[in-house]
Amino acid sequence: MKSQSSTLKKPTSFFTWLIRRQIFIPIAALLLLALFNLIADPSFFKITLGYNSAGNPVLSGYLITILDYGSELAILAIGMTLVTAASGGQDISVGAAIAISGSVVLRVLCGTDSRPETLHAPIIVAFLISCVVAMLFGAFNGALVAFFKIQPMVATLILFTAGRSIAAWINNNELPIINEPSFGYFGGFIPGIPIPTPFFIAVACMIIVALALRFTNLGLYSQAVGVNNKSSRLNGLDPEWIKFLTFVILGLCVAVAGFIKVSRLSSINYSVIAKDIEMDAILAVALGGNALSGGKFSMSASILGAYVIQFLTTTLYKFDVQSDALSAYKAVVVIILVVLSAPIVREKLSALFKRLKLRQPSKEGC
Amino acid sequence: MQDGAILEMRNICKEFPGVRALQGVDFTLREGEIHALMGENGAGKSTLIKVLTGVHLKDSGQIYLKGNSKAVTIKSPQDAQKLGISTVYQEITLCPNLSVAENMYIGREKSFVQNWKNIHSDAEKVLKALDIPAKPTQQLASCSIAVQQMVAIARAVDMDCKVLILDEPTSSLDEQEVQKLFTLMRELKARGVGIIFVTHFLDQVYEVCDKITVLRDGKLVGEYEIKDLPRVQLVSKMLGKDLDDLSDIRSENAVYAEDKASAPVFEAEGLVSDAGIKPFDFSIRKGEVNGFTGLLGSGRSECVRAIFGADRVMGGTVKMNGKSVKISKPLDAMKHGIGYLPEDRKRDGIVGDLSVRENIILALQVKRGFFKPFTKAEANAFADQYIKLLGIKTASANTPIKSLSGGNQQKVILARWLLTNPEYLILDEPTRGIDVGTKIDIQKLVLKLASEGMSITFISSETDEMLRTCSRLIVMRDRKVVGELSGENLTQNMIMNTIAGGDEKQ
Repeated sequence: MKSQSSTLKKPTSFFTWLIRRQIFIPIAALLLLALFNLIADPSFFKITLGYNSAGNPVLSGYLITILDYGSELAILAIGMTLVTAASGGQDISVGAAIAISGSVVLRVLCGTDSRPETLHAPIIVAFLISCVVAMLFGAFNGALVAFFKIQPMVATLILFTAGRSIAAWINNNELPIINEPSFGYFGGFIPGIPIPTPFFIAVACMIIVALALRFTNLGLYSQAVGVNNKSSRLNGLDPEWIKFLTFVILGLCVAVAGFIKVSRLSSINYSVIAKDIEMDAILAVALGGNALSGGKFSMSASILGAYVIQFLTTTLYKFDVQSDALSAYKAVVVIILVVLSAPIVREKLSALFKRLKLRQPSKEGC
Repeated sequence: MQDGAILEMRNICKEFPGVRALQGVDFTLREGEIHALMGENGAGKSTLIKVLTGVHLKDSGQIYLKGNSKAVTIKSPQDAQKLGISTVYQEITLCPNLSVAENMYIGREKSFVQNWKNIHSDAEKVLKALDIPAKPTQQLASCSIAVQQMVAIARAVDMDCKVLILDEPTSSLDEQEVQKLFTLMRELKARGVGIIFVTHFLDQVYEVCDKITVLRDGKLVGEYEIKDLPRVQLVSKMLGKDLDDLSDIRSENAVYAEDKASAPVFEAEGLVSDAGIKPFDFSIRKGEVNGFTGLLGSGRSECVRAIFGADRVMGGTVKMNGKSVKISKPLDAMKHGIGYLPEDRKRDGIVGDLSVRENIILALQVKRGFFKPFTKAEANAFADQYIKLLGIKTASANTPIKSLSGGNQQKVILARWLLTNPEYLILDEPTRGIDVGTKIDIQKLVLKLASEGMSITFISSETDEMLRTCSRLIVMRDRKVVGELSGENLTQNMIMNTIAGGDEKQ
């Protein structure tokens, strides 16, 4: 009897262990989506090597699309995870902030001329300036949340409302177009490399954040502040500064994502660019199994969550869901995923497995 | 029911998982009486009140109210209100953004439609009758806290309450406001309302109350006429120590008597914080264990919080090893070698979701700086060392601290501060709510650390523990240092006498 139960115990406890792991949720969601596509149409996974209009080799296929278009979301998810952990709230202004930082990039590159023959400044300068501007706006949000103790969603509602107008104002409401092909590399392909550049940028961001979490106390501090503000203070931390810092970091993520976005278009559309991306970014954090009320987080789960959302969007596009009906379908899937990943459901699931485990040996005993 | 009684609670029992909060408690309130309900933390005062107001359901026992022939059942705060039992809490539970009159009438409309036209004149009458300095149209937030409390009382009175419960109403009031509140209480008393008054301030009890009921450890100690119970006796009944019990348990700490000649490690002069304590002087020598004592709310925690910079320091000078230093936030104190284990472990101590390991290294890590995180191996080594040293019972260093028992959580917080190797360690109620075994472990540890040269301030609501560990006690009453005991004077009786105020020695 004893040996029986111990042999039975191993696989079940491994399963419970897996369920308890935070990254289990996005992995499970990814596997479910992949399985669905595999059954519905295996051609989803086909990757082909072709040539684009400029004659450069490019990989194409749905998986490549996911890696490509999931990049901005993954980058935003990094910052959003930190903000969520430390402040226990979310920044809903990232879409509007992307419009601003993208607009800044174009303004620096084009000057006042909306159809420039040559660029007015090196691309790197435009990018760095947009980083500074986006971090300033992040600092504005962070200051409201950390020092004025305004709820993150309310505080960022200000920029959410005003951001796109500010973006339009930066370029005098004109829509500059950049003809310089090298500007398009960042949102497309670098000649000779068949993998989309945004993916490389996203990977670079992931490496940077991994190094930051490894070589600074960013992770420990932001989690400690999110879990117990009072106790963190009594341990010498400065909760306000840490919250502020996470918003500034999110600002930097916004700048990178905004740069990719404008590079894709070589232009900007103030009211449409990165529309609703804040909701997807928050969803990525939630899908990663992170509590939206702050505290402990798993960065890798958030990033994976971002790609799961892109996977879902791409799947829906493939099955010819109209773009205006897209959000409705997405909502249904998201409800299922979020409910399944809710701690209360997971607890029930664990309990169910335990009961099954208990029942099995007793049956054999009879 | 007894003659004149408007409320009788008989044999009330209430059990929470693992705690018998009330064990057969009787309580009687008479018409036109102000009745103090006294007891230390965990004595069962708030549970008794919550049973009476329907917040908790009693497990057994009966509650009788005047005018009801049978025992009444109170299942919700609404039931209690209907039966004429009203409560005014320490924190105002009214709506600050509404007017005074609106606050008095909201939520008690007799029919679905309230005649809002009349409320201003109605409110005016009630306020005038009770002599409350507030206008009905005034926004509640613009009144002082005391007036807000009076408005809450006026609301209760106007709802025809027979039993009024005042739960720590005076803790945020100044002397003048307290007097105004007392005038109002006496006015209500004259009208025949029975008032249950819960407070930690002894002076106020003796000023305004008629009777005292003392609870201790969930049991009734007794009901007394105020004139029959001198302060010293009240304190001894609350603490559960017999006055004649002179058994001196302070043999151990004589061994660790500190070197009186050595210079103080920490000195404070005229230190005052924004937490409402009077300025105080304090010093501690190398290897000394001293403590702050006094009833709950007497300001002992506020004193050590001021030392650590946990509250905003408003004035005073601080010296560390004879050198003047500035401590305005916890990090300053930590950098000068001070550690502080806070009173409320759950709220201020543990970082619940984080692992035991992270909780242990947190303070030292913060001291080391943002850009110098410990490696995993270092952190594990620290955690394992202290888990072993203090005998922390945990599945692993990776377990979230919140899933540990109270005593083990406390050991983790202790480990956190020991790891920073402080010169001066403040322990505020390190033994509260933990099992006896761990309590003794912690006391032994305190004495051992002191013998190794660490200066320790040890606070406990259990006087026994302080007598066993401390060689000097600073006594506090009503947020003021009222005495200092050491050597010969360090006895239960002297402590109780000093806490009660020397005016009534018996």
